[in-house]
Amino acid sequence: MKLTLNIWRQQGPNDTGQIVSYPAKDLSPDMSILEMLDKLNEELIAAGEEPVVFDHDCREGICGSCSMVINGVPHGPQKASTTCQTFLRSFQDGENIYLEPFRATAFPVVRDLMVDRSAFDRIIQAGGYVSANTGGAADGNALPIAQQTAEDAMDAAACIGCGACVAACKNASAMLFTAAKVSHLATLPQGQVERSERARNMVAQMDEEMFGSCTNQGACSAVCPKEISLDWIAKLNREHIRSRVAVST
Amino acid sequence: MSEIRFELDARIPDGPLEEKWDRHRAEMRLVSPKNKRNRRIIVVGTGLAGASAAASLAEQGYQVEAFTFHDSPRRAHSIAAQGGINAAKNYQNDGDSVWRLFHDTIKGGDFRSREANVYRLAQVSTSIIDQCVAQGVPFAREYGGQLANRSFGGAQVSRTFYCRGQTGQQLLLGAYSSLSRQIANGQIRQHTRTEMHDLVVVEGRARGIITRDLVTGEINSHVADAVVLATGGYSNVYYLSTNAKASNVTAAFRAYKRGAAMANPCFTQIHPTCIPASGEHQSKLTLMSESLRNDGRIWVPKNLDESRPAGEIPEDERDYYLERKYPSFGNLAPRDISSRAAKEVCDEGRGVGPTKRGVFLDFSDAIEQFGKETIRKRYGNLFDMYSHITNEDPYQTPMRIYPAPHYTMGGLWVDYNLMSNLPGLFVIGEANFSDHGANRLGASALMQGLADGYFILPYTIGDYIAQTPRDQLSADSVEFKETETETRARLSRLQSGSGKRTPTSFHRELGELMIEACGMSRSEAGLLDALARIPALREEFYQHVSLPGERANLNLALEQAGRVADFLEFAEVMCHDALARDESCGAHFRVEHQTDQGEAERNDEDYCNVSAWEFTGVGSPPALHAEALELETVELAVRNYK
Ligand SMILES: Cc1cc2nc3c(=O)[nH]c(=O)nc-3n(C[C@H](O)[C@H](O)[C@H](O)COP(=O)(O)OP(=O)(O)OC[C@H]3O[C@@H](n4cnc5c(N)ncnc54)[C@H](O)[C@@H]3O)c2cc1C
Ligand code: FES
Repeated sequence: MKLTLNIWRQQGPNDTGQIVSYPAKDLSPDMSILEMLDKLNEELIAAGEEPVVFDHDCREGICGSCSMVINGVPHGPQKASTTCQTFLRSFQDGENIYLEPFRATAFPVVRDLMVDRSAFDRIIQAGGYVSANTGGAADGNALPIAQQTAEDAMDAAACIGCGACVAACKNASAMLFTAAKVSHLATLPQGQVERSERARNMVAQMDEEMFGSCTNQGACSAVCPKEISLDWIAKLNREHIRSRVAVST
Repeated sequence: MSEIRFELDARIPDGPLEEKWDRHRAEMRLVSPKNKRNRRIIVVGTGLAGASAAASLAEQGYQVEAFTFHDSPRRAHSIAAQGGINAAKNYQNDGDSVWRLFHDTIKGGDFRSREANVYRLAQVSTSIIDQCVAQGVPFAREYGGQLANRSFGGAQVSRTFYCRGQTGQQLLLGAYSSLSRQIANGQIRQHTRTEMHDLVVVEGRARGIITRDLVTGEINSHVADAVVLATGGYSNVYYLSTNAKASNVTAAFRAYKRGAAMANPCFTQIHPTCIPASGEHQSKLTLMSESLRNDGRIWVPKNLDESRPAGEIPEDERDYYLERKYPSFGNLAPRDISSRAAKEVCDEGRGVGPTKRGVFLDFSDAIEQFGKETIRKRYGNLFDMYSHITNEDPYQTPMRIYPAPHYTMGGLWVDYNLMSNLPGLFVIGEANFSDHGANRLGASALMQGLADGYFILPYTIGDYIAQTPRDQLSADSVEFKETETETRARLSRLQSGSGKRTPTSFHRELGELMIEACGMSRSEAGLLDALARIPALREEFYQHVSLPGERANLNLALEQAGRVADFLEFAEVMCHDALARDESCGAHFRVEHQTDQGEAERNDEDYCNVSAWEFTGVGSPPALHAEALELETVELAVRNYK
């Protein structure tokens, strides 16, 4: 099949980028979006031109590296899917495809379709852990955890940290990402000791990173490849209020 | 480089197997908390092994510098592990024990690993689960709240812990959270999107690394008291594998070129159940859990050039070749045997699917017997994944599968302390050769990575540091300057090519050559042929590779070319190893050594050893040093899965 690719090209964080069009032919519907870009890059490199830069690694939908806005939607048209798991069979022969980076103030463009998502790492550093040093942990079965509790925690913990939630939100809010981590740990008994501090510090860091605020529209959850539920945002709000109460009492 | 003595002393502690580790720990020298603060350790790689090591070392008080070429530690290849992690907890009360896990691992590795290391692995396996639970890893639970287990190949007990199909993700996120805490504490300095390009050796000891900042192109030196490599495996030497796209051998290979021994590089595991390539454009392969083989039946048409769809091929024109050849294990024959059998039927021309490199994995009998709902409950997510990728419905038509390179048992040689023959260089996780012999059992890689990172290296490295006095070595020293200069020269050489071929085109060509010559089966003639062709391909690469863009900037083609250049040299070492090991064992199948029934034939007399290779110059054959394996407690036996 044939497609016209309209790709955001930007040299660096301070350059103004632009859309550049590339005709692409001899494509197979079984190719993923990334394999299509591989092919384009092969052609560009062979012609002595610089390839299109994008993040990717596992190509299985789990590492959270790939990050493109495809025809206006983070990770493209398919529900519950990542860019790497989006195949050309989702598009019509001859179609125009627009590929752009995940855009947000907190995610500056590094080059082309690659953005800097280290703000997410700093949110985790602010409290997304249980302070359990290596060694001396009690036997794993010493702390029974109800099956449903473990399942709930796993639902939240399934977040792959790709940032599609931020890219989809009109305010570029990182609430769904932060909520997922806070909720994963707040759901489990291991997370109780640091529960208030964690919620407070992670939310504070989120604000510091210049993510926008949440207006509960749900665009984030709608594009989330792991279908992380909006309910976790409600939980984060409760956790945050709880942590403020905990401070004042 | 010549000052390094090439000495392979495994430093296995004395005493009975069960007591070695405890005794050794009691005897190791300690670094006082005050001194730890002044000692710096470089950890390259922040996958399971590296992240767990960096966090644990930082908790102890060392200054840690952690490097990864990823944009975040959470993206490491470890994240993709699905099935689970083994531990000898015996929670199921099914007769599991440290001894049994040890024994299964030695046997699974076809008796080509060190008893002492493997025993210790089984011992610390239980602490890993405790540690991960404490961090909040959401392992699956029973109704009563106890940890749940599943069973995995090569074991008769149920000892695998899991988090749905995302065990690697949850374990890595656990290690990453501990790492993040230490970054916040200022104990770890993190360098993301930074690639190690060389190891710096000063007076015979590993003292630092040279890196390239992948965004700015800047070359930098980093000095430390010890260097830990946790840089993963090299399955991508085959180009198509189940590994993440960026996984590569560069860090390990550059250390090898500085004098570290490379052990058993030809021991590579090919996983039998992956989704076949759909065409030329294929960029990587996706693993399907092996558990599918519990209910699926594997077959190919009896006739060459069969063109009817699967459903129209009558029962008596199908060849259920695993059931035919291995009546007792059938579709559950071990990984290496199943993979080889699939390749054989495809080589005969009976393969299925568009590329004819595939076999059917058919669930129609299971669906008939148990009902669609039961099958959906058991494998629903895998069926979904399959149909998402292939656009075929496995409830209606049989799945197609084909083997794919998956894991590399070989790696840098380490002693019992996980230190290479190059003092001060430690190697952990998939990057070392240590525990899996000639074949790894399912759910054991996560166990080994975390055992190394949380519970072994943090002790053994202290013993080394306690014996090396602190000094004022700086990045201005001549050794660092020289190595930096060589790094720049290597990059210039890569960019001096003046052709039209892309780095990937060379990678693909090398991969095809390697899977044929040094993949599921190997022959003397095939290996000699590969050894003649690889140098020519390398030559062509340096002449004709096209590398647009500047060096002092983000440059994708240059990144790829650097990795491909190392694979092009490393592949030769693999072939030398496969040629020198004139026996079949585990995943290493030399066609010259098989029984009448086509089974691998080991030669314990001559090859019950580790082959460790010493670099002698590009293009010149590496020198072989063998470490004899003394199996004191386990009896050598023939694997029999008939
Ligand atoms: C699809 C799949 C499923 C699997 N499932 C299981 C399973 O169920 N159970 C199991 O036990 N095992 C499984 N495995 C195997 C297991 O996942 C790996 O062996 C293990 O995770 C390797 O961990 P590691 O920490 O050694 O390396 P990796 O996770 O590969 O990490 C390597 C790190 O090194 C860094 N790095 C590498 N080179 C450089 C360099 N030059 N400079 C800077 N940084 C560098 C990378 O950035 C990364 O951080 C699976 C493997 C695959 C492919
Ligand atoms: S590349 Fe890993 S999620 Fe897409």
